[in-house]
Amino acid sequence: MKIMRRKVRLQTLINLLAPFLGLILVLAIFSSMPDVQSRFLRLANLKSVATQSVIVALGALGMTLVIIGGGIDLSAASNIALSSVITAYAVNAGLPPLIAVGLGVLTGGVVGFINGALITRLRLVPFIITMGMMGIARGVAKWIANNQKIDAPLTWVNELMAKSPRPSWLMLAPGVWLMIVFAVAMAVLLRYTVFGRHVFAIGSNEAAARLCGVRTNRAKIIVYTIAGLFCGLSGVMEFSRLTVGDPTVAVGLELDIIAAVVIGGGSLSGGEGSILGSMIGVFIMAFLRNGCTMMGWPNYIQEIIIGVIIVAAVSLDQIRHRRPT
Amino acid sequence: MTSATAAAPALEMRGITKRFGATAALEEVDLVLQKGDVHALLGENGAGKSTLVKILSGALRPDRGGMRLAGRPYHPADPLHGRRSGVSMIYQELNLAPHLTVEENIMLGTEVHSGGFLKRRDVRTKIKETLEFLHHPEIVLDAPVRQLSVGARQIVEISRAIMDRARILVMDEPTSSLTREDTERLFQVIRKLKAEGVSIIYISHFLEEVREVADAYTVLRDGKNVGAGRMAEASLEAIIQLMVGRKISDLFPRVDHRPGEVALSLNGLKGVRMPGAVSLELHRGEILGLAGLIGAGRTETLRAVFGLDARQSGQVEIAGVKALKLKPWQMIRLGLGLLSEDRQGEGLALSRSLTDNITLSRFGPYKKYGFLSLKKRSRAALQWMDELKIKAQGSGQAVASLSGGNQQKAALARLLHQDADVLLLDEPTRGIDVLSKAQIYDWMSRLAARGKGILFVSSYFPELLGVCDRIAVFFRGQVVDVRPAAGWRDESLMAAAMTGKA
Repeated sequence: MKIMRRKVRLQTLINLLAPFLGLILVLAIFSSMPDVQSRFLRLANLKSVATQSVIVALGALGMTLVIIGGGIDLSAASNIALSSVITAYAVNAGLPPLIAVGLGVLTGGVVGFINGALITRLRLVPFIITMGMMGIARGVAKWIANNQKIDAPLTWVNELMAKSPRPSWLMLAPGVWLMIVFAVAMAVLLRYTVFGRHVFAIGSNEAAARLCGVRTNRAKIIVYTIAGLFCGLSGVMEFSRLTVGDPTVAVGLELDIIAAVVIGGGSLSGGEGSILGSMIGVFIMAFLRNGCTMMGWPNYIQEIIIGVIIVAAVSLDQIRHRRPT
Repeated sequence: MTSATAAAPALEMRGITKRFGATAALEEVDLVLQKGDVHALLGENGAGKSTLVKILSGALRPDRGGMRLAGRPYHPADPLHGRRSGVSMIYQELNLAPHLTVEENIMLGTEVHSGGFLKRRDVRTKIKETLEFLHHPEIVLDAPVRQLSVGARQIVEISRAIMDRARILVMDEPTSSLTREDTERLFQVIRKLKAEGVSIIYISHFLEEVREVADAYTVLRDGKNVGAGRMAEASLEAIIQLMVGRKISDLFPRVDHRPGEVALSLNGLKGVRMPGAVSLELHRGEILGLAGLIGAGRTETLRAVFGLDARQSGQVEIAGVKALKLKPWQMIRLGLGLLSEDRQGEGLALSRSLTDNITLSRFGPYKKYGFLSLKKRSRAALQWMDELKIKAQGSGQAVASLSGGNQQKAALARLLHQDADVLLLDEPTRGIDVLSKAQIYDWMSRLAARGKGILFVSSYFPELLGVCDRIAVFFRGQVVDVRPAAGWRDESLMAAAMTGKA
């Protein structure tokens, strides 16, 4: 059965490379456009794309986990807004910035925990619970911010997303480094830990996982809590970038986050997805936006292209999966 | 192990009682499983077999009664606890995560780790040894389970149980979707496990198989013990009688019918999923059986005839009308009806009512100005429920809440309500109780007597021999031979299906 073994290996290779192809294609197209050629692949531009990607990327790290586990988190963007408002509120109240950041991240975690707890206790589908939470978190954010922006004094928190970081040897904004570190950590969590494998199992066949003794409810609560914590961190980055706590920020961003995961090979029916794929999904969308802006194409063109990419990426993915029946 | 426990049976269940609301699922049920025995747990659907097994696994807790494993008290808190105590389940719906690999599935829930990080190397050698022990060294550890055949998946499940050092294995309908060949291999595995001192509870509707593999049996009816003993001392007739509570005078009732003109003819039909081209003729008033191994192309043939799969070449004629290009909705208008082998997946709309399911393929009589009359539809549904003796609270009950046999009768009722002239029945008796089976055979015969033509796909030779007028044997996509049923025997069918030589 050597042939079969080789087939399996070849397939893993294809699965690994497929998302890269999309990214390479996007990069190739824009770097061959005469109008933007000179600027597109420059280090400065790459840095700015990386910085712009941080907020979506952090959200996508958690979303990947949720989607692999067969769930969805529609409250991600509202959670980001709420966490950024809480961070701003805390800084404004004179708390030490580190505490404020901690509170922001924790807020996200609490929202995620509530999502997970409600999904497992009420036995409702994640779509419904997190859709409810989308409204609740957004409303609470506006309430706390008194329906306006919260101004906060400048602190080191605002340097997390600076395009030219203060100790210049850092090269990239601290937020980008955080994103990279957490991406690696999440990839390790998913691939090399018992917990990661259980998440895959739950997404693939929850009943089977439960019968095999996987504590599915506990695992799901942890999944949503981790996703929430990442939204919290993403919210801190949002505050860092804006320097104010804006409760109306990131409306609709959850769909970008979900799109990134899906473009990267995540299956909305669970059991499939990877951190690498999701990160590539994030960058495909970021480079598209960046390239389109450079070309001077209007916003609506970007929206159409991204829409097409989502459908194309997922249908290609299906064809790839259908081949070995 | 002390001498006191060595003599104790592998498992004793005593006085197990379980109620769901007002209905008693189990009442004072006993089951004693000796070490190294294969113990058949028998009963019709709804007799309480699965409830009993769930209690054993730890998925349910009994209201009363106790269990002992090798003499020691056993009170599983959940399936994991059961598994750790040496009780493993091989479920009817395969209990695997399709996206995970063979290795990942086998280790699911019992991963070896240090500090949460997986340790895979030692485990892999052990899994390989286990697969070799089970005569399936060809299964690749890194292949996702969804790429494996049903038989291989089952081996993965059994490997999981063995890796857990299971002392008691519960197999729920393990052969219902296996080919005869895979079934034989499974029986070899079972004998090997027995020799290792593993005790097995074996649930199956295939009584001949049970007789072949089991040492002892326990029969349940309506949640109560009605009989138990050694297999060698019991006759199949006696066991069937225990199961249904009365004598089934004739399992294959026959209403006289004679073949008329050609109702359906396939001329070199080849569908995209069919392994070969098929030519066949079915007459009115005839039951034509299609025998063969799984994968021989029988289901694919029915699907191509009905237009569910694209056809590549050949011709389909229904009562003389050329129908090669027609879609399923047009086929239904021509009087064709298909009963899918996948009852839950595509045969029925499980969450919908009996009324919806039975009338779905023919709304015509209930339409007025584009509106459907629910009243008339329920009346029609009730009539068919009565005809087919479907047990339900009413025509509004969701099909999902019915037993397997009643679900299957509902699926058949749809074809009857549709008044199809040619019925394509794909494994219509799979996984249903004896009484429902007998009722379905009876209906097939009555339909033939009314001049309907029936194509009957089954992997269970005794029912083909008992019900059909003629039987065609498929081998690798080809029809090897068609003969009157009287010209076949169990052995010759098997030989033709397995070798392709009649």
